[in-house]
Amino acid sequence: MFGNLVAGIRARWPEFEQETRRRAVRGGIVGGAAFLVLALTGAASLSLVFTFVVALALYVPAWSRLPRGRWVVLIGVILIAVLYPFYQVNMFEMPIFGEFPSVDTGVTMLIFIMMALGLNIVVGYAGLLDLGYVAFYAMGAYTAAWFASQHFSGANVHFGAVGVNPDSPGIHISIWIVIFIAAVFTAVVGVIIGFPTLRLRGDYLAIVTLGFGEIMPQIARNGDNLFGQNVTNGPQGINPIDPPGFGDTLHNSVGVPSDYLTYDKTFLGHDVSNVELFFWTALVLVLFTVFCSVRLRDSRIGRAWIAIREDETAAAAMGVPLMRTKTWAYAAGAFFGGIAGAYYASFKSGTFPDDFFFNISIFILCMVILGGMGNIWGVIIGGGFLAYLNQEGLGNIGGWMNGHGVSDFLFGHDIDVPLYQYGIFGAILVLVMLFKPEGLIPSSRRKAEFKEGVADQPLYDVQH
Amino acid sequence: MADLLTAEAVRKEFGGLVAVNDVDFMIPERSIVSLIGPNGAGKTTFFNMLTGVYKPTAGKIVFADGNITGKPPHAITERGIGRTFQNIRLFQNMTSLENALVGMHSRLSGGIMRSVLRTPGLKREEKEAHQRARELLEYSGLRGRDNEFARNLSYGDQRRLEVARALATQPKLLLLDEPTAGMNPQETGEFMSFVSKLREERGLTILLIEHDMRVVMGVSDRVTVLDYGEKIAEGTPQEVQRDERVIEAYLGSGALAG
Repeated sequence: MFGNLVAGIRARWPEFEQETRRRAVRGGIVGGAAFLVLALTGAASLSLVFTFVVALALYVPAWSRLPRGRWVVLIGVILIAVLYPFYQVNMFEMPIFGEFPSVDTGVTMLIFIMMALGLNIVVGYAGLLDLGYVAFYAMGAYTAAWFASQHFSGANVHFGAVGVNPDSPGIHISIWIVIFIAAVFTAVVGVIIGFPTLRLRGDYLAIVTLGFGEIMPQIARNGDNLFGQNVTNGPQGINPIDPPGFGDTLHNSVGVPSDYLTYDKTFLGHDVSNVELFFWTALVLVLFTVFCSVRLRDSRIGRAWIAIREDETAAAAMGVPLMRTKTWAYAAGAFFGGIAGAYYASFKSGTFPDDFFFNISIFILCMVILGGMGNIWGVIIGGGFLAYLNQEGLGNIGGWMNGHGVSDFLFGHDIDVPLYQYGIFGAILVLVMLFKPEGLIPSSRRKAEFKEGVADQPLYDVQH
Repeated sequence: MADLLTAEAVRKEFGGLVAVNDVDFMIPERSIVSLIGPNGAGKTTFFNMLTGVYKPTAGKIVFADGNITGKPPHAITERGIGRTFQNIRLFQNMTSLENALVGMHSRLSGGIMRSVLRTPGLKREEKEAHQRARELLEYSGLRGRDNEFARNLSYGDQRRLEVARALATQPKLLLLDEPTAGMNPQETGEFMSFVSKLREERGLTILLIEHDMRVVMGVSDRVTVLDYGEKIAEGTPQEVQRDERVIEAYLGSGALAG
């Protein structure tokens, strides 16, 4: 085993060396320039040097040319993410954008990345334009609200929930189980919604999903009296929702936190806050999503999705059952949307109908398009960046503009930048479509499609 | 020889237009049958009914003792009818190998759960599928092109890949829709001997669609001629070639006099 690895590295060494030299030049020039700009704008500090070194160490050696070299980059990135709460306060200040995102923002970013990855299965892999993805997010969140809060006060079910009084009314099931229930339930809803809608092609599908994306938040908003039942508690939403945690038994035996909200420990001189626990849990969920995405992409079903995206008629003629395969894509996308929704509800300890309006669907779609449809790295970066802008970035930019007289110079008065968020996201989308329609990091396939097109205009329609 | 496929009084109307008018048709097992006719004679429409792309307005299609009338395309492919397209419809942004693997879809079993877990059984299945796909590509004359995107292949190779992809569905009956369109006479000749080879070596039954009669004369056991959606002649190539209605359809009514 080990001998194989050594032989493999030796065999590919010349390629590795050549590519590394090329990358060193490129990385040196771009990275050096970035370093210089940052240093000159007042970000000069030890953390900047450190960031620079780590980035180059991951980028310059052509890791992917070595056998199992991809793991080096992957593990490096995971480590950077896992350790983020430890060094976040020590990071340098970026020009314009200000401080690095807080861990709290990090949780939201990870949850949105998860949703973007889920939508990527539907839009990026199978090529089904879904404008109502928020419906699945909402389903997940409300499932969490039903099974882990006092909402159904008539019932009194307790199973593994933490941080709640054993006598408190309502259904209280451990959040981990609830997340699983939410994922499965949402996937089932995905199948039910998909069944009538996936017969449609292209634009028609987009319009119907848009409809579902509108229906869901309306049900949520008006669901305080649904056939005489209070299902969603209307505009007030449902709260509080139980926190995650592993309970006392596991806490005492393995040492995992018993209740995220009351967790209080120091680790390596660092006071671990409960937000950080949410952060690491979200990271695990994102890694799970990435893992499933990769496996699905490289499987029989993943090939069928891509084939459908390329040419539906030909795919059907090659034995791919269109309805079933598309429904699977929908279900898989919904599954991760459900997980994200349930986890987000537990993180925010509540679910409110205003969180699920149409603009969120578009927001998530923007993440997928900005990053590069079909490419997992791209979608992660697109999702993280837009979620960051939405949470913190725009506010920081506004603060910088107002503080440095830029707003005054441009508009004559201070402005509240986050107020213009959808205008800004829209502008980003337009710019991406104009200058890099395949996204920031496109998959090689998608890049070609944008250049050469796909056979999505059928010469004749399959009549089933 | 038993008939692998029989079509009885198959009819297709588009609005008021009758594209295929009560055509009876059969394909004996292990034969090469050609369906010819001038452009717009209804050949491709007929073909699309056999493969499930269109539902016949009336009539019945039986394949390998099962009624496949109006069944969806993937179900028909699963029963053993593979096809190519007149205007090449490869998955352009997939590699040759991936194209062939998509063709195997109905012969593989990996579902969503097993794909995520990547069970040993699934791993084995995928490995075998890759192996078989590579063999098929080589058999179809695409050696060394496994990892090339379909769009980067030459025209002739794209045609070969279409056949390889259809073969990957493990068909009993292979339907080729104008496979030699755009080929020069030499390529056409090579392709036709490949078609004969498919029958000899793989025991396939083959239905060819052509509008150029000369192409199919050499290889066909039987020829059926369509014109304006009606069957106007049927028989051995020699019989059909002498048929007056065929000559008229192809050359116009003045041809006989001259």
